[in-house]
Amino acid sequence: MDEKELLRLEHLHKEFGGNVVLKDFDLSVKKGEVIVIIGPSGCGKSTLLRCINGLEAVQSGKITFEGAPVEKNSKNISQIRQKIGMVFQSYDLFPHKTVLQNIILAPCKVQKRKKEEVEQEALQLLERVGLNDKKDAFPRELSGGQKQRVAIVRALCMHPDILLFDEVTAALDPEMVREVLDTMLELAKQGSTMLIVTHEMSFARAVADRILFLDGGELVEESNSPKDFFDHPKTERAQKFLQTFEYE
Amino acid sequence: MDWTAIKEYLPLYREALLLTMKIGWIGILLAFLLGLLCAAILHFHTPILRGIVKIYIELFRNTPLLVQLFFIYFGLPKIGVRITAQTCGILGLGLLGGAYMAETFRSGLESVEKIQTESALSLGMSPLQTFRYVIQPQAVALSVPGFMANVIFLLKETSVFSAISLMDLMFTAKDLIGLYYKTTECLFLLVIFYLIMLLPVSLLGSVVERRMRHAGFGD
Repeated sequence: MDEKELLRLEHLHKEFGGNVVLKDFDLSVKKGEVIVIIGPSGCGKSTLLRCINGLEAVQSGKITFEGAPVEKNSKNISQIRQKIGMVFQSYDLFPHKTVLQNIILAPCKVQKRKKEEVEQEALQLLERVGLNDKKDAFPRELSGGQKQRVAIVRALCMHPDILLFDEVTAALDPEMVREVLDTMLELAKQGSTMLIVTHEMSFARAVADRILFLDGGELVEESNSPKDFFDHPKTERAQKFLQTFEYE
Repeated sequence: MDWTAIKEYLPLYREALLLTMKIGWIGILLAFLLGLLCAAILHFHTPILRGIVKIYIELFRNTPLLVQLFFIYFGLPKIGVRITAQTCGILGLGLLGGAYMAETFRSGLESVEKIQTESALSLGMSPLQTFRYVIQPQAVALSVPGFMANVIFLLKETSVFSAISLMDLMFTAKDLIGLYYKTTECLFLLVIFYLIMLLPVSLLGSVVERRMRHAGFGD
């Protein structure tokens, strides 16, 4: 694995009106790593991802992506965001544009690439996720799982160096979850760098190089072996959290 | 009902209708542009302009058009600006309409989901690109019902133009009643001509609205 560091978070502190969401948070992400972040609702997972691509400002601490500082209102934030792909929980496709238009909009307008070239790439990517027959459909004509796969393709078409997934299956019907997770698993196998926030524990176990367990805005437990983490969590809080997923 | 009188008055009403429509539609165009500009200023939180726009909107939404027309028509010459009654009508309607349109477009912009802005930004789009390609097209579609209601409201408001002696429909009717006392005929024609002006707009409005809803995005 390439040991190059892509993303670095140092002493991140974030609060919403006195409510602390991230406490002195550190993280280093290397190229090719797949990191899964889990934890109870409101533990700061989503906020963490939103801070990383500058959608959310931090009170203190530093985020560095490929050597450049990430700040919400800085001049070059749009340039940095091009390299950071993000897929949200839901409703993030542009409803007034077709699938293909959704995908090629940013590459054409932001990166000024040729329309034909981007379209060709978009179609190849759509084929990979099994949606090439939907290229002219509008988002409202797609199922939840299809929408999320299009959203992933849209992010990929910008050629990002890292992908952030913010609970992308949380709003889906159970039978749709699988197709989205399969797509993500394939990306992981191809060596994409990914930061994934999810509640799908068996998926986390299968895909992660590293697991982070967050609670109350702090990193409670970190493990380079998902198997160890899920079978023998070290901290009490992680044990308690994992127990909520069991029914025996 | 004196049909010969009606026949006689018809050309006068037609003239008045054309003038009313001319002032009405130019005023509405002005209102549309002004509304877009103001809504954009409010949307981008432009520091000083935002305050000015807010004062303008509240001022013009909370005073009657008649009072606004008097201020423009009799007030401006006092500070040395001479304008014709027609320009005054267009300006008055444009300013009043601009305030209403601004509010309509603003609420359209606000009803576009926040996640739309965020996902556009996360693709590396600048705030301006986000507005142009993602937010504004959705906001326009969402504003159509409010926009059409404003258009009809503004066309009806033209009836106060008679107060600054513009020969609009209302003025013509009042004038003819004063001259010939054919009240019933004159008022009958007045209603008919307002309907001629407004019914097509109303019908067009419901067609456009229905199409927007069918082509509607949402889920």
